[in-house]
Amino acid sequence: MKFVDEFRDAEKARVLSARIAELCEPGRHYKFMEVCGGHTHTIYKHGLEDYLPETVSLVHGPGCPVCVIPMGRLDDAIAIAERPDVIMTTFGDMMRVPGGRGSFYDANAGGADIRMVYSPLDSLKIARANPDKHVVFMAIGFETTAPSTAMTVLRAAAEGLDNFSIFCNHVTIIPAIKAILDSPDLRLDGFLGPGHVSTVIGCRPYEFIAREHGKPLVCAGFEPLDILQSVFILLTQLREGRSEVENQYSRVVPWNGNAKALRVIGQTMQLRPYFEWRGLGFIAQSALQVRDTYAKYDAERIFSVPGVRVADPKACQCGEVLKGVLKPWECKVFGTACTPETPIGTCMVSSEGACAAYYNFGRFTRERVKEATHA
Amino acid sequence: MCLGIPGEIVEIMTDREDFAMVSVAGVKRAVNIGLLTEEDEELKAGDWILIHVGFALSKIDEEEATHALRMLEGMGQAYTDELIALAQSDLAESERERQPEQVSSAPISQNGSRR
Repeated sequence: MKFVDEFRDAEKARVLSARIAELCEPGRHYKFMEVCGGHTHTIYKHGLEDYLPETVSLVHGPGCPVCVIPMGRLDDAIAIAERPDVIMTTFGDMMRVPGGRGSFYDANAGGADIRMVYSPLDSLKIARANPDKHVVFMAIGFETTAPSTAMTVLRAAAEGLDNFSIFCNHVTIIPAIKAILDSPDLRLDGFLGPGHVSTVIGCRPYEFIAREHGKPLVCAGFEPLDILQSVFILLTQLREGRSEVENQYSRVVPWNGNAKALRVIGQTMQLRPYFEWRGLGFIAQSALQVRDTYAKYDAERIFSVPGVRVADPKACQCGEVLKGVLKPWECKVFGTACTPETPIGTCMVSSEGACAAYYNFGRFTRERVKEATHA
Repeated sequence: MCLGIPGEIVEIMTDREDFAMVSVAGVKRAVNIGLLTEEDEELKAGDWILIHVGFALSKIDEEEATHALRMLEGMGQAYTDELIALAQSDLAESERERQPEQVSSAPISQNGSRR
């Protein structure tokens, strides 16, 4: 499929682009952050920044759950997977993420039984078929995937499966946005709210951003036009001196979220006092762990793990990229020592990571890299 | 993992609690609809849903489904990988209670293909 064909309504985009330019105040620079890997993907794939005035820049925040997993947590997971009595199940996205002692692929080659699954429910099937083994699901993701993990734990409990547990790494988006807002590194003018996460949590949890921090936030869809329209709404609010939460993606995102999904998360999981995020450090109450009443499904309470904090490789600047301080191509190892084939940092691993998305969409990337290196 | 894939409900499964048979990219798969039973209590054949890791997370209309599919098809490898993973998963089977069976998920080789 050609670039032009897949970019629906390119003419509408040009019209929007012109209206966006009209809204910009002369001499003012605007910086909007998106915190959703799907948005990152759309922005890079369609070169959306080319449709925006030079004074409007889109920066990418910690919106990819694979990218924010710290190396120490991966080492803990591998320590569990290496036990001879354990089968670990994981989404395919996690397989190449480098930990301090290598990736799941490396552990697999070394004899650990690690299997890719599409759904956490697949883990239950494996547990039933292997009663002499303990199956641990590597639970990861924002509020988008947490309800699925919760439903799986509830299902295991209803069935009385006693050889299944989860290694819980679910993170929550709001504390990460708070951390970004409190960080002195970056001055932002507004946010594009994540699409799928908002399907679960709704739009209300973002209201403090508008109210207390005076930054508008627009929950945005995934098509190029959705993103441009959301930027248009953000600029309109700024122009009119407003800061509100608006829902551009109302055709999918309900204002109050999905009540059932929130309830099953609350039923099976509770907030951790703190959790380490790659690049952002320790953030209070930013992640979920298995609730005490479901302790028998908590791999962290069943197995002892090293729990050692592992510093990122020195050359890797994922932290700065995740905070939106650096653009991917500004990282020292981008595209040279760090590529999707041999990633040093997590942002190059996941297809929704900022660096991999940049790297994979050659046309845009090469121009930008050239521009950056010859500047 | 973060992709939402549209599917059309073919039938609500009566023998499996919380499951529907759903047509996804032309292939019929069992999908858990338990997260939508409060929001949209009247799920029925012909409804479109957005699927995340085997669970329907929201109900959408057909137009949105068409747009979402077009976006996904443009994504290339990430979408292909997700569809392959989905095709290898068998969620209704995994709901069958305590019946020992052959394991279909084989260990993964270094290059990512299944042995």
